Amino acid sequence: MSVKVEYHKFDVVVVGAGGAGLNAAQVASQHVKTAVVSEVYPTRSHTISAQGGISASLGNLEEDHWHWHMFDTVKGSDYLADQDAAEYMTRRAPEMIIALEHIGLPFSRTPDGKIAQRPFGGHTAEFGKRPVKRACYAADRTGHAMLQNLYEKSVEQGTHFYSEFYALELLVNNGTVNGVLCYDIQNGEFHIFHAKAIVFATGGNCRIYQTNSNAHINTGDGLALAMRKGFSWSDAEFFQFHPTGIYGAGNLITEGVRGEGGILLNKDGERFMERYAPTIKDLAPRDIVSRSMMKEILDGRGVGPKADHILLKIDHIGIEAILEKLPGIHELSLVFAGADCTKEPIPVVPTAHYQNGGIPTGYLTQVIKGNMDGEEYVPGFFAAGECASASVHGANRLGTNSLLDLVVFGRTAGEQAAKFAQENPFVELVEDAGKEGLATLNKFANANGTNTFGPVWEELTRIMQTNVGVFRTEELMVEALEVLDKLEAKMDDFRVVDKSSVYNLDLIEALELNNMILVAKAATKAALARKESRGGHYRDDYPDRDDANFLKHTEVYLEEDGKTPRVDYRKVRMQPLTVEPFPPKARVY
Amino acid sequence: MKKVTFEIFRYDPDKDKEAYYKTYDVELRRPGYLMLDALNQIKWELDPTLTYRRSCREGVCGSDGINVNGVNMLSCMTKVEDLGSDHIVIQPLPGMNVMRDLVVDVDDFFTKFITVKPYLIRKSPNPDKEIYQSPEDRKKLDGLYECIACGCCSSSCPSYWADKKYLGPNAFLRAWRYLADSRDEGAEERLPILNDKHGVWRCHTIYNCVEACPKELNPTEAIMNIRKMLLDTEF
Repeated sequence: MSVKVEYHKFDVVVVGAGGAGLNAAQVASQHVKTAVVSEVYPTRSHTISAQGGISASLGNLEEDHWHWHMFDTVKGSDYLADQDAAEYMTRRAPEMIIALEHIGLPFSRTPDGKIAQRPFGGHTAEFGKRPVKRACYAADRTGHAMLQNLYEKSVEQGTHFYSEFYALELLVNNGTVNGVLCYDIQNGEFHIFHAKAIVFATGGNCRIYQTNSNAHINTGDGLALAMRKGFSWSDAEFFQFHPTGIYGAGNLITEGVRGEGGILLNKDGERFMERYAPTIKDLAPRDIVSRSMMKEILDGRGVGPKADHILLKIDHIGIEAILEKLPGIHELSLVFAGADCTKEPIPVVPTAHYQNGGIPTGYLTQVIKGNMDGEEYVPGFFAAGECASASVHGANRLGTNSLLDLVVFGRTAGEQAAKFAQENPFVELVEDAGKEGLATLNKFANANGTNTFGPVWEELTRIMQTNVGVFRTEELMVEALEVLDKLEAKMDDFRVVDKSSVYNLDLIEALELNNMILVAKAATKAALARKESRGGHYRDDYPDRDDANFLKHTEVYLEEDGKTPRVDYRKVRMQPLTVEPFPPKARVY
Repeated sequence: MKKVTFEIFRYDPDKDKEAYYKTYDVELRRPGYLMLDALNQIKWELDPTLTYRRSCREGVCGSDGINVNGVNMLSCMTKVEDLGSDHIVIQPLPGMNVMRDLVVDVDDFFTKFITVKPYLIRKSPNPDKEIYQSPEDRKKLDGLYECIACGCCSSSCPSYWADKKYLGPNAFLRAWRYLADSRDEGAEERLPILNDKHGVWRCHTIYNCVEACPKELNPTEAIMNIRKMLLDTEF
């Protein structure tokens, strides 16, 4: 096959232009020649949808301390977080928020002009005693305000942008990551970005679930590319189901609604969270609230003709407070639920929202290859944001910690990748660099078989939703794997109808689907192997947490065939940087 | 299930000498069926070659601005039944070059809003803490910072169509978002850019941008405020 490939050389190339990617880019651009390649225009990345807040112990409204935030993060993770990373993130949080404010983020304010803060699930004072106001927010458009600011800042810093470029293959020479092959969606041309350091900030993958809050583009491409090159996906079984996705649509209603006083009700009008989390009730962590809601539904106390959802009531805080602090959710509930939340409750249901795990990294964002015998850094490869796992979220992510994660580790990735680029020469590309990615693209561009995107994707999301969802069993997941294998086989008899070289969405969707099936298989294999319940991973057949056997990170690698997931494990880093470790305890709220 | 006819602008530079319209019958499968649901239905079930942009599907990323029955809007926030018509004509955003089908070239649009220096400019040193801002001053940014860069406003503006260098309502809204920010000290740097002959004076105050904005923002008001600031400023 003879194809024209254009070559580019940059010190640092960031793949993905969400919050993590842009923060990495704006920092790296201050030191070295930096490019961003992104499937969509930067302001269209999924960070834009983040609503309620970003956590930091600023203590603007009441006393707070990073050590309390660190405790909440570790406890919230069900003790699967790496404690060095949890300390690093929570200690740096206040200066990161201030840095964002200084580049223009329009935070909501306290009467004395400071950044306003509100409560969020799982955030407490004095190691669990009471809820604390820790979430900084710009009304309920925090992610939107942040992403726009970071984009504008990185343009000011001279970052080179390649928008609507789809990554096909991560390039590696003798163990060193040194580039990425991309496909220009707008004109069908190929580009190889040769770099000293690559930062993956490719986001999440919840499009593998039927009811999900994610953008169309969250298809796990970065994970699939990394796994195909022999790197692992850490804690692949942990997905966060956000308690309050709009019933039927999946669009998210921020936890900030409960932070402002919203409550969940079952069909009897009962505030049921009082039974499950007597201390902090509706502000319990997301895994606990989601599971409690599903339990209410399964026990026949759900709302609606099918008794399959729950109500979120907020009208009692008053129309003025809603319009000032939650204007976006007012609009979302009107459009997607047909409910005016100033007068009536919003129908909600747990919704796939976030992948807790990701490409494993140290707390300085260097990608790790590891197992129970140890870990080593991969030269030239950094990762941050949802596609990465530092790991601070462990088995369940606290609300607002995702924006904090992407800001802190995005910045660190920018700093570290720039430093690596300054200290190291370019590693030559291998002779046939990009061969595998070109072959994959070619396979689908010329695919004239039977199966098309719609039906295969529908079947994929259906089986993941019903068999690998909030509640899981061996039987359900074994069945899911059988279905996934069949779907994978269908990709060899696939049909891409569109043959155009210009903006071929049909082709891009085929490539995404190919990645999603791999990702779904890896997640299911990991979930099947973890025979315990921890955080967001709940097994009906193993309802208890089992620290003796499973206080460890799952690492899913691919076998030599490049498609069969193999489950391995790696030790949790229990030692923080400067403080005493938090030993695992029962998790009650 | 109720069926609605979609008449969609089609053009693939790889094979079409000129653009044409193609019709599809779309089933409205649930109450509140959205234009994006309909486009996805066409793509996934009827004609995989139809191309359009979409990302967040909840009205905040601005990817999916299109022209429906002559009005610019976001496909993910527009309910088909709200259009009150069984025959819906969909075209790409006007005033921008069509790349293919409903996808337009937005490079120029993004470049233009960047030229107004849309970031906080500070002359005084920053404090260690946040720069304090009263709730009243913060309120002045409401109705300005919510812009999602979808292009619906600029693409509905005849001045934007006529003058290729005209910055357009989106850039002005963004400029005013920073000029109106009590923390900002960048007026001196921004105003000359806005005072240019392709700047705010080229607006003919016909309010198309206000009508087109899916977030109900008011770029014309921003333009008026910038003009007033220019008149009050000595260069």
